[in-house]
Amino acid sequence: MSYDINKIRQEFPILNRKVYGKPLVYFDNGATTQKPNSVISSINKVYKDINSNIHRGVHFLSAQSTDAYENARRVVKEFINAEHIHEIVFTSGTTASINLVAFSFGEKYISEGDEIIVSSMEHHSNIVPWQMLCERKNAKLKVIPFNEKGDLLIEEFKILLSEKTKLVAINHVSNTLGTINPVKEIINLAHKKNIPVLIDGAQAVQHITVNIQELDADFYAFSGHKIYGPTGIGVLYGKEKYLNTMPPYMGGGDMIKTVSFEKTTYNDLPFKFEAGTANYTGAIGLAEALNFVSSIGISNIRAHEKALLDYGTMKLSEIESLIIYGNSNNKTGAISFLLDNIHHSDVGMILDKMGVAVRTGNHCTQPVMDKFNITGTVRASFAMYNTKQEIDILFESLNKILEMFS
Amino acid sequence: MDINTLQDQIIEEFEIYDDWMDKYNYLIELSNNLSIISEENKLQSNLIEGCQSRVWLNATLNDEGKVIFKADSDAMITKGIVSLLIRVLTNHTPKEIIDADLYFIDKIGLKEHLSPTRSNGLLAMLKQMKLYAIAFNAKLNN
Repeated sequence: MSYDINKIRQEFPILNRKVYGKPLVYFDNGATTQKPNSVISSINKVYKDINSNIHRGVHFLSAQSTDAYENARRVVKEFINAEHIHEIVFTSGTTASINLVAFSFGEKYISEGDEIIVSSMEHHSNIVPWQMLCERKNAKLKVIPFNEKGDLLIEEFKILLSEKTKLVAINHVSNTLGTINPVKEIINLAHKKNIPVLIDGAQAVQHITVNIQELDADFYAFSGHKIYGPTGIGVLYGKEKYLNTMPPYMGGGDMIKTVSFEKTTYNDLPFKFEAGTANYTGAIGLAEALNFVSSIGISNIRAHEKALLDYGTMKLSEIESLIIYGNSNNKTGAISFLLDNIHHSDVGMILDKMGVAVRTGNHCTQPVMDKFNITGTVRASFAMYNTKQEIDILFESLNKILEMFS
Repeated sequence: MDINTLQDQIIEEFEIYDDWMDKYNYLIELSNNLSIISEENKLQSNLIEGCQSRVWLNATLNDEGKVIFKADSDAMITKGIVSLLIRVLTNHTPKEIIDADLYFIDKIGLKEHLSPTRSNGLLAMLKQMKLYAIAFNAKLNN
């Protein structure tokens, strides 16, 4: 099947926008992706047709919205090929998913002197919750370093793994460097020592195939809005054996079975971890987004984005004074770079006026910046709807900026 | 020259630029004329940290009772705007600085750079300039 880029672009109304009178080139997909018509109309439809609080409702609309919400859970389960539907917990996003595990897993399984392993290319969201846990429990955070190319040093990881290690938390794809980490290998190594692994998939699910059962990840977190879905909805996949033994994260409605002042009993999975009114609108929109991605095919998207990444890398490399940060052989999604000795925010601000949206700064990965001894980069991140022509615009714009600063 | 005359002068200078690129070009040019803070004054205590760019600001009170500002930034466009703020506010009495209403930023179309959502240190810098003036004013009145 051929990849009909024009047809795909037509599904995203925002791509027709002009900024400062110029056509929008949206290369900030790592921060959030744009939404296709089907997602936008599904949210509209929820509020127009079926809006009603889910679960326990006795009336017609409540049954409909509950069905739609639980169907969304099924769509997520199938999208990542999880074994059980009750292993899919809806959260507000990747950050919330990781914090949930850091709290609940931490309460149950982490004690003084234990160690948790992360990598030095994590987003702050996959560092800070573990630091907070370590502080609470007097545990230690261990860090896998990476090399100049942006590849994790697996040999170092092997050395860090010990009987003290209680959890490994690693991103599947680096938001700054674009590296696709060898998570399968990491999981295998950890599992040999019976250590569970959490994968931060915020930058992965929208770019590459994620098969939970094949990966055998114990926890997997991702956000809806980075995979063409709405904001405020995310997913935590957790293995039943852990989710069952972990205490709830938040208390409230929907997560309980019975409440009395003597003893409260908790609901079954996944509801135990979904306190309060769920973001059912978000979940329904997310399901629509996943269906949209599936209809195009994640492997087709991967091929298209790979071509963009290769073309972009080739074009940007033509600029002699441009340095790309993150040169792994196994990359997806993003090109981080610095142009000559021009500050990243200058480049970003001028690109903006040329209609090109990028992200600049440290990308919530200060340890990555420290490693390269820089304060930030310019990041162009791609999605299914980006084109080579847009990369040409970026390329020409960067050359103009070079002229301005010469 | 008083603060408002300086502001009006800047507004006039920017009137010839209707294109964003020209404006930015001019800011980059201005950034080269900034009365730069000396390296030894680029202390942590003089640093105004933004998420995007960093600004260093130093203030002294001269014998005539006027505040002299020096500053620097690691980003050129920010530095250009810094140079405008300095041009308007430096070499004035603390009282004049405290009372100054900075309308020129809006008039030359750079207001977005001074919004709290732009984490470039500029808004914090402006606040810091006013705080210096308040501190010097208190010192003069003692």
